[in-house]
Amino acid sequence: MSEITPELVRHLAGLARIDVSEAEIEQFTHQLSLIVESVATVKAAVNDDIPATSHPIPMANVFREDVVRPSLTQQQALSGAAESESGRFKVSAILDED
Amino acid sequence: MSLINKSASELAALLNSKEISSVELTTAQLNQIDSLNPKINSYLTITHELALAQAKQVDELRAKGESLPALAGVPIAVKDNLTTIGIETTAGSKILKGWIPPYNATVVEKILASKMPILGKTNMDEFAMGSSTEFSAFGPSLNPWDLTRTPGGSGGGSSSAVASMQAPIAIGSDTGGSIRFPAAVTGSVGVKPTYGAISRYGLIALGSSLDQIGPVSRNVMDAAMLQDAIAGFDPMDATSLPESLGSMTEAAKNDSVKGLKIGIIRELTGEGFQAGVSEKFQEALELLVAQGAELVEVSCPSFQYAIAAYYLIQPAEASSNLARFDSVRFGLRVMPEGAPTVEKVMAATREAGFGPEVKRRIILGTYALSSGYYDAYYGSAQKVRTLIQQDLAKAFEQADVLVSPTAPTTAFELGEKQQDPLAMYLNDIATIPANLAGIPGMSLPVGLAKEDNLPVGLQILAPAREDARLYKLGAVLEKLLEDKWQKRMIDFAPELSVN
Repeated sequence: MSEITPELVRHLAGLARIDVSEAEIEQFTHQLSLIVESVATVKAAVNDDIPATSHPIPMANVFREDVVRPSLTQQQALSGAAESESGRFKVSAILDED
Repeated sequence: MSLINKSASELAALLNSKEISSVELTTAQLNQIDSLNPKINSYLTITHELALAQAKQVDELRAKGESLPALAGVPIAVKDNLTTIGIETTAGSKILKGWIPPYNATVVEKILASKMPILGKTNMDEFAMGSSTEFSAFGPSLNPWDLTRTPGGSGGGSSSAVASMQAPIAIGSDTGGSIRFPAAVTGSVGVKPTYGAISRYGLIALGSSLDQIGPVSRNVMDAAMLQDAIAGFDPMDATSLPESLGSMTEAAKNDSVKGLKIGIIRELTGEGFQAGVSEKFQEALELLVAQGAELVEVSCPSFQYAIAAYYLIQPAEASSNLARFDSVRFGLRVMPEGAPTVEKVMAATREAGFGPEVKRRIILGTYALSSGYYDAYYGSAQKVRTLIQQDLAKAFEQADVLVSPTAPTTAFELGEKQQDPLAMYLNDIATIPANLAGIPGMSLPVGLAKEDNLPVGLQILAPAREDARLYKLGAVLEKLLEDKWQKRMIDFAPELSVN
């Protein structure tokens, strides 16, 4: 039995802020079960002695000069926003009423 | 031969000697786009006015006798995941439809500085997730060699544009093969440079530790000239390589492979590869041996885990990168009924704005990173990445470059794999290891498969920072093949009926 259940898919979609439909949950459960079964082979390939690689070309301490540089104007930064007000991004209520 | 059939390097020479003008050339290119794009769907946006204004400007500068960059006046197509001031940038997604970026990607700045007229923005799988362009929110691109087949993905817009003379050269991005696979199945040349060789600033991120911008072209020299034009350190990208990798244009002038040790990757040949693909691959190697190259067989046993590791790491990084599409700062906003909270607006927007493959990968990535599963999945995948690097390091002790077919098959039919994510992922078997290891790779055409008369690509891999080796071998192999065929790869392509 696969570890990917409809409940898990619903939970993960919730974490990812995607309001998936019931039909999608059914489809993704099936597809992700197959995918997870396939990618799980990585578990057998490794052991504790192998270091992890997060970055292909290691680089450390990448800094730049701490100087003021040209950047987007407020107007440019807001140009793609669905809604703005007084030079700020506008969103719906953060907290639920109840 | 008409202007649009010529290579970028030939066009640069004609422009330089003032035999043609950039306005003349750009107009011819735009005419070709206007007649073919409605059918092939290579471009999502065509920038007629911008391209002609740039062409006019470069002609004026040339008339004044100013010294100009190598590709000045040669028009180019840009993948739609690179931000362009004033030009709609969607990355193939409904969630960004209509977005006009307020800044240019560094690569776009470099193209502008190189005085190359921008013809438009090319189609792609949504956020570059896919191998066929079928996951574009704006319909697939078609393969100019056979309109029932895919031009590969995610960069099928750029590959189909270059292969159908809708652009001499184009920009692509390669996270698991999105430049090289489309190049292979359209008879084009595609290069994924060393990770960090070209700035990612302004590239809409998919998998940040894997993404690499690179050239798409109809021959090796053109790819080299384009890589030289767009490469270099960029303080805006913290992963940008500080050192220069040298001139690829010079490397592409190489004419000898005598003594070159070419490693054939055992795990990427034979079983699982279409017979006609293997045959063309072998024939290409025989040509090189006849010129004094030496073949050695190398083994990279951990490649068997590459796809599995990639489809954990890339969705994990994508799930994080795509969190920025939150309905606040750019793109779509969908308001559910009633008085929804910002979270409900986000969830409704992302449900409506993302396509199925993007949702699948975000959910998969969220799973791979979630507590309790992190070590088993994401952590193990990162260790596989180490094993792949170790295998490659050993292989490069035995050989100067490594080769394989770029893809197991020629172009597949549109619709063939759209409902089967795993089958789609398996296309990337030969291309993914380079992204996991950060090394450079090139696909170049080596002929047509006997079964279906469709293009076959050969992949060359080199150690990190040794991109020049790709061009040195690629240039020689291309010349040997063209001498044998007595024509260029692209001259085998069927005549496309216009309209």
